[in-house]
Amino acid sequence: MLQLTESWYLVLAALIFTIGAVGLLIRRNPLVMFMCVELMLNAVNLSFVAFARSLDDVAGQAIVFFVLVLAAAEVVVGLAIIVAILRRREGADADDVSLMRG
Amino acid sequence: MFVFLVSGAICLGGALGVVLFRNTVHNALSLVATLFGVAVLFIAQEAYFLAAIQVIVYAGAIVILFLFVIMLLGVDRATALKRDPILGQRPLAVLTGAGLLGLGLTALLAGASRVTGERSSLAPLDPDVPDVDRLGRVLFTDYVFAFEITAVLLTIAVVGAVVLSRRAKKPIDLDEFPEGTAAEELERVRASQDVEQEAAPAAGGSGDGEDAR
Repeated sequence: MLQLTESWYLVLAALIFTIGAVGLLIRRNPLVMFMCVELMLNAVNLSFVAFARSLDDVAGQAIVFFVLVLAAAEVVVGLAIIVAILRRREGADADDVSLMRG
Repeated sequence: MFVFLVSGAICLGGALGVVLFRNTVHNALSLVATLFGVAVLFIAQEAYFLAAIQVIVYAGAIVILFLFVIMLLGVDRATALKRDPILGQRPLAVLTGAGLLGLGLTALLAGASRVTGERSSLAPLDPDVPDVDRLGRVLFTDYVFAFEITAVLLTIAVVGAVVLSRRAKKPIDLDEFPEGTAAEELERVRASQDVEQEAAPAAGGSGDGEDAR
């Protein structure tokens, strides 16, 4: 039986991060792009907790706490911007935001 | 091992669902699956408090916020995933992702997983001390400044969200009124302004200038 080490968690985190990054590049819907950013943040959280466990240090968990707060703030402001944009232009996607250039 | 495999599969399936489903509501629900899987993995690694706030903050607040916005804007219809506005963007994105994964796995499995190798620089994960005690002690001593800054950050985020999502005040469009009413309305507003200015004699000089215009 294979031993479950922190490398397994890190590999899983790398996979989730990659899926999130590819999704961020592929998708055009700003809401889905935001969800992909959340995926990437979660992958990083997972690896932080894995490191906290393997290095026996509570600092990793404290940083996860801050990342959670940051993600909440980011989502609130980002969704407000998306609402403000989509209210003006129905069905706008990430390409249309280039119209904001002065 | 069993817990890891099951919740890891849920995480990966949810992550793929976020990227591949066409309906935005389905994307949000797959995101919930991933977040729950990550919460279970937190519990498996004895980060109980973090698992709790993961479920409460992410699944309870953030995804609900996503769903609110989806419903509010009515963008829950299926989006065309086939449209590829930039030529060759999708293969390039997959290639970039593969490269990223390759780099990460190489760094991990080549033995660089311990960055400095130093252990317990802040506080050990003592199994006798409860999880919340440990985290709270660190947050309110070593990281207290960062903690206060997150409070400020959250306040700014709330104010910013209110300002951004507020409906802009519409300027009065004179064509909307029937013939004649617009002029009467304008007269009425001017008259009320004059009354105010007479009540406050100090502002009289500048008020005359505006009337002349």
